Amino acid sequence: MSDASLITPDARPGRPRKFRAATAEAAPARLALIGIALTGVAILILAPLATVFAEALADGWAAALASLTKPDARSAIQLTLLITAIALPLNAAFGVAAAWLITKFDFRGKAFLITLIDLPFSVSPVVAGLCIVLLFGANSLIGGWLVAHGLPIVFAIPGIVLATVFVTFPFVARELIPVMIEQGRTEEEVALTLGASGWRVFWTVTLPNIRWALLYGALLCTARAMGEFGAVAVVSGKIRGKTATMPITIEMLYNEYLSVAAFSMAAALTALALITLTLKTALELRHADQLAAIRRH
Amino acid sequence: MPALVQKTPMPGLRLSAGITLTMLSIVVLLPIGALLLKGASFGPGNVWEVVNRERVWTALLLSFRLSVFAALFNLVFGVLLAWVLVRYDFPGRRLVDAAVDLPFALPTAVAGIALTTLYAPNGAFGQLAAQIGWKIAYTQWGILLALIFVGLPFVTRTVQPVIEEIDREVEEASATLGASRPHTLRHVILPMLTPAALTGFALALARAVGEYGSVIFIAGNIPLKTEIAPLLIVIQLEEFNYDAAAAIGIAMLLISFAMLLAINIIQIVSRRKMGHV
Repeated sequence: MSDASLITPDARPGRPRKFRAATAEAAPARLALIGIALTGVAILILAPLATVFAEALADGWAAALASLTKPDARSAIQLTLLITAIALPLNAAFGVAAAWLITKFDFRGKAFLITLIDLPFSVSPVVAGLCIVLLFGANSLIGGWLVAHGLPIVFAIPGIVLATVFVTFPFVARELIPVMIEQGRTEEEVALTLGASGWRVFWTVTLPNIRWALLYGALLCTARAMGEFGAVAVVSGKIRGKTATMPITIEMLYNEYLSVAAFSMAAALTALALITLTLKTALELRHADQLAAIRRH
Repeated sequence: MPALVQKTPMPGLRLSAGITLTMLSIVVLLPIGALLLKGASFGPGNVWEVVNRERVWTALLLSFRLSVFAALFNLVFGVLLAWVLVRYDFPGRRLVDAAVDLPFALPTAVAGIALTTLYAPNGAFGQLAAQIGWKIAYTQWGILLALIFVGLPFVTRTVQPVIEEIDREVEEASATLGASRPHTLRHVILPMLTPAALTGFALALARAVGEYGSVIFIAGNIPLKTEIAPLLIVIQLEEFNYDAAAAIGIAMLLISFAMLLAINIIQIVSRRKMGHV
């Protein structure tokens, strides 16, 4: 990496040069590629982003803020934050436990276990919601019993939590496993030999080594948890003020042609997404060596 | 026969295995099991009858076909974008690099209504397209656009680290041996990127086939024309027709399994060929 910058004049624009390095494209080709890339990103990513804020502010700041402070909107925001606050620790606990199991022990069927953990990534969110309805819906064996005992899952908050945990299931584990494989078991083994207890090893040896990767996985999980739509749409029942999360409320407002209200809610959710994206980028810049996603071999 | 778990002084086996298996069962395995059980009690013949209905079959094919097109677009554009982001320096490069992740971070419902507003006949881009008689929103073009959006980061993010690792000496050797730059790109660089690009392609495809939130707003949802498979499940559920919903769900689950298998095969083959992915 370090000597690459010395042999590539194309890395420094605006510097007069007569020769083109043999490992660089001709200037017109380079400009054309940059042009295509920037145009694509502008049309596909930045334009929709700008649209969200432009539509939200179509009637001015006051109208946007007023729509967000209505009771239904407030309850949607609270519900989304609540669901995220429940789903995130569940997933973090699962991710740490699964990564510990997979990286600190050798057992048969490990590859199969990893495949099962990855499974939610390839299942459609709508199918995920359907599965939860079939297992816990009022018509099912378990669901019927739970409803009779006053604990409905589907069309209630537990179902939304379950759907959210399903779609974000692999995020933390997937981030931790490569990092913990790379770090090996030696440090933990030394600590054990020196007489540290299992929990002490975890808190003082393992956790400091994986904290940035854990935070990174948690950020990915948060972004997805706040924005999940398909799986939640199936299990929530879309009861206004009760089981309508922010994304569900956006759909309802949009279908009622309440554009400003829908886009104001969307802008609030986008702002939250941009915050997580910024934190994630900051982590990548500062702690790249301790993250799995962009780690160098 | 080796022991199920190899002996080790490492603590926490029972606790970590307990948490992992309990969560995996409650969140993933039991719900998916419930779907398969529903299909089994409904009967394979009946499941096939539902999947074979014209409306369902058309929706499944539409979802799959447009997902392949979107993933192909993302394959080409994703590799190009990764190359530009790693190899060239231009103002705003870091910002563009961060923006590539936006489709991951932006909630699908937000993306859906934003794309619809932008590409509707009275929207900013929709008006331009309408002048040449091109209708995007509420047609299959709109679905394709939404699927391209949600799959955009996959190829770029899998290919980027591979480009960063390419040894410049290989390119120099190729140039010294008289290869033109396009020849080097085509015959030296591209083969190195292929495994990662294919993995990204498969991930984008898998994501697109099951996508719901960003598509339903822009699709128009006209039966036999712009109706995607996940929407049919939602429609069946709203009519409390759980058997039919389960039948379509099982068909989609099988497609997911097939694609998961394909991703694993790609990775195993390329690991054998390249030594690593």
